[in-house]
Amino acid sequence: MHLDGKIPGGPLPQKWERRKFEYALVSPANRRKYRVLVVGTGLAGASCAATLGELGYRVECVIFHDSPRRAHSIAAQGGINAAKNYQNDGDSVQRLFQDTIKGGDYRAREGNVYRLAEVSLRIIDQCVAQGVPFAREYGGKLANRSFGGAQVSRTFYARGQTGQQLLLGAYQALLRQVQAGTVRISPRTEMLDLVVANGKARGIVARDLVTGELRTFVADAVVLATGGYGNAYFLSTYARNSNATAIWRAHRRGAYFANPCFTQIHPTCIPVSGEHQSKLTLMSESLRNDGRIWVPLRAGDERSPEQIPEAERDYYLERRYPSYGNLSPRDVASRAAKAVCDEGRGVGPSGLGVYLDFSDAIRRLGANVIAERYGNLFDMYAEITGEDPYRTPMRIYPAIHYTMGGLWVDYDLMSTIDGLFVTGEANFSDHGANRLGASALMQGLADGYFIAPLAVGSYLARAKPPAVDATHPAFEAARKDTAARIERLLSARGKRTAASFHRELGKLLWDECGMSRNREGLERALARIPEMRERFYREILIPGHGESLNRELETAGRVADYFELAELICRDALHREESCGGHFREEHQTPDGEALRDDEHFAYVAAWEWREGEPPALHKEPLVFEAAPPMQRSYK
Amino acid sequence: MRIALEVWRQRSPEEPGRFVRYETTEASPDMSLLELLDVINEGLVSEGEEPIAFDSDCREGICGTCGFMVNGLAHGPLQGAATCQVYLRSFRDGETLFLEPFRAHAFPLIKDLVINRSALDRIITAGGYVSVNTGNAPEANTSTIPKDLAEQAMDAAACIACGACIAACPNASAALFTGAKITHLGKLPEGQPERGRRALRMVRAAAAEGFGHCTFAGECETACPKSIPLQVITQMNHDYLAARLRGEGRATARHIEPGTPKKRR
Ligand SMILES: Cc1cc2nc3c(=O)[nH]c(=O)nc-3n(C[C@H](O)[C@H](O)[C@H](O)COP(=O)(O)OP(=O)(O)OC[C@H]3O[C@@H](n4cnc5c(N)ncnc54)[C@H](O)[C@@H]3O)c2cc1C
Ligand code: SF4
Ligand code: FES
Repeated sequence: MHLDGKIPGGPLPQKWERRKFEYALVSPANRRKYRVLVVGTGLAGASCAATLGELGYRVECVIFHDSPRRAHSIAAQGGINAAKNYQNDGDSVQRLFQDTIKGGDYRAREGNVYRLAEVSLRIIDQCVAQGVPFAREYGGKLANRSFGGAQVSRTFYARGQTGQQLLLGAYQALLRQVQAGTVRISPRTEMLDLVVANGKARGIVARDLVTGELRTFVADAVVLATGGYGNAYFLSTYARNSNATAIWRAHRRGAYFANPCFTQIHPTCIPVSGEHQSKLTLMSESLRNDGRIWVPLRAGDERSPEQIPEAERDYYLERRYPSYGNLSPRDVASRAAKAVCDEGRGVGPSGLGVYLDFSDAIRRLGANVIAERYGNLFDMYAEITGEDPYRTPMRIYPAIHYTMGGLWVDYDLMSTIDGLFVTGEANFSDHGANRLGASALMQGLADGYFIAPLAVGSYLARAKPPAVDATHPAFEAARKDTAARIERLLSARGKRTAASFHRELGKLLWDECGMSRNREGLERALARIPEMRERFYREILIPGHGESLNRELETAGRVADYFELAELICRDALHREESCGGHFREEHQTPDGEALRDDEHFAYVAAWEWREGEPPALHKEPLVFEAAPPMQRSYK
Repeated sequence: MRIALEVWRQRSPEEPGRFVRYETTEASPDMSLLELLDVINEGLVSEGEEPIAFDSDCREGICGTCGFMVNGLAHGPLQGAATCQVYLRSFRDGETLFLEPFRAHAFPLIKDLVINRSALDRIITAGGYVSVNTGNAPEANTSTIPKDLAEQAMDAAACIACGACIAACPNASAALFTGAKITHLGKLPEGQPERGRRALRMVRAAAAEGFGHCTFAGECETACPKSIPLQVITQMNHDYLAARLRGEGRATARHIEPGTPKKRR
């Protein structure tokens, strides 16, 4: 199949205007005849569902959470980018576009990214109007901070709770539509399959997590806003229940999966403390402004940090990247941490950690200044580790944080299945091989408030989907399939929990397809995953039955899908014989250990097609760079 | 370290519940209380027994999904922390912890420690928003908001809808939760046009859900993981009363039957 990104013609700044004018419209009176199903109410889903409701469509939301406000977006801390140029520091739509393309290591579409930068302006307007309490200056105007990968201050924030406040804005807009009668929400309901009838996405099969009942939802168009798939790695900064089932099931029904190996690892997270650990906690990137990162010079040095004299410390980021030092970008800083730990110089009980030391900054500025800047982060650290970062250096280690890959979508956010739209982290669209800080929230809201509602309307106006109901054979078949999958899991009579398999799979992925990857390791993983999956189906045990709240069953279903997804991640990583952004292949590096891109052979989007019983087929969408010609990233 | 748990087990709302004792030696001080439950559950499952059902998601105190009573305290012993932020180093070696669900008439039990808190969504649905459609918004910096007002709005907006304030309240009142949203939006210029209407509708919705009235017992403020201050309740009462006194929500257009002759005075 030829992958057509459907980018509008004309110069970059006119593409989106042009496309909006090309869109077909549904008249206000006709909108209520169409039903749109939105799965997920994070930033991308809640904003989209609310806007569709305001326009007058009948909207149905399905979420596994107990309330729309609990989506994982709530946990985003740092902020949201927009090219407002309120600081008069030379920012512009063009500059945000350039930064995002370069930050993504030239693996994103120019057309999409330019539109994202343009739309960013209106997001902030909309959120302020909803009552999002962004940080303000004394004069009462909006405040900004700076973030990695940019030389301007364009990040808007609400303390350390930006995601929470943006999500509450979208959530309140959504509930306002519930009150108006345009939106209906089914909480604690998990999508387990997509229904494609006559070549078009027409609904889903979902399980009521409280009663166990399998329900079908019929619609004229389906929007997936179900978030990222980083939890395939088990330990990550994601919420515990974030999972890949919705996009994976859509993939199996015909939606191509793009760039699955583009995963982001965040350098500053609290290290793993033991076997029982359930998740990893992010410590904001901003700490690297004042903290110095180091490890002992000598491997196996067991002394406590205070006892190690200055001369026996290695401030390795400052040494290797003198011009960026401790503020090197996420992918570079993460790999450097791994390298020193691999040499046996890691710190802490597990040896997987590096020091983030504030003693210089405290001496220079005083503890009270540091407390003012980072007090809440220091408290969070102390709460989790029981150590006081004012006295002893923090220990940090990289962790899985975000997935740039996702379902392939065209410029109109439609997947390779007609009528299936994908928004937010669930799609692959705007971040290439590496996402810049504070850009995920921007993308989710751009998709949800300003892009998807227009694109969905135009699709409905043109496709005029004929009426179907849940008795259509496609619904019947999907329901049977889902029931059979559940039955297969429940009937296994082993002894192990799904979580124990998840931990095993996650460790394999982290070791072989984490911060750095090589052919041998990836091939090893590809051989082990099917074997592990087979054991999973044999050895798993799920007590209780399917007709009530059954957390083990929920977990098992998600883990079953991770096995298949993990294979695709490794396959994609194996095929991409270059290093770019979050994807570092050891075979492809410069003599001094930096990522080596291969634009001649790999400047394309890798979109994988599921094939039953056969390896997936690779389709390539070439990337063309006209406004932002590729260059080598260097931070020396 | 050794910790014993007495956990409320109840298979469904219809069946009776009871405390069941679990003992473990696998606990360690840097383990969180929820991780201890994970470990106990893993053991239960491998013996073919149903694990303890409890809710959690972010495990860093921001999503509001977790929450149960620990030794009679909502979210456990620490001020300003949600259940997922409680680590075992807060307890003594050999201690027994009683875990039971948040209890309130408006929070029906689903299973074990899991409850249904959708009543909180319905309070927001009644009016906890600014009515502004996508596309309506003016340029963001046209509104000027004094920094301290923005900060106060943010203090109130930090609520995570966990329901601990209700579980801790002798009246099971949702005043802290409702007041937090009324205060957040009521402090900002964007929230002014609907301020009275919002207070009236949200307060009535809370009563209709079966939450009790506030008698300023103050338990909610101690239980709240986000340290939402009691003042939000004062603000709520103020906005509600002001709207009542203004007769807001009652004004309807004067209707005159067509063909009615003029009255001579
Ligand atoms: C700790 C942390 C901090 C971050 N900080 C920042 C930041 O400062 N700035 C920034 O820009 N980005 C940040 N990010 C990234 C950003 O938060 C996410 O990428 C973004 O919020 C994803 O939003 P979303 O709407 O796509 O998905 P989510 O918010 O993950 O929502 C997914 C929704 O889908 C539903 N769902 C999923 N699967 C199913 C299913 N099968 N059936 C039914 N419902 C389903 C869920 O119920 C939920 O409602 C951070 C991420 C983390 C982990
Ligand atoms: S006010 Fe506090 S205790 Fe009550 S729901 Fe909000 S965060 Fe929870
Ligand atoms: S699990 Fe999110 S607040 Fe506790």
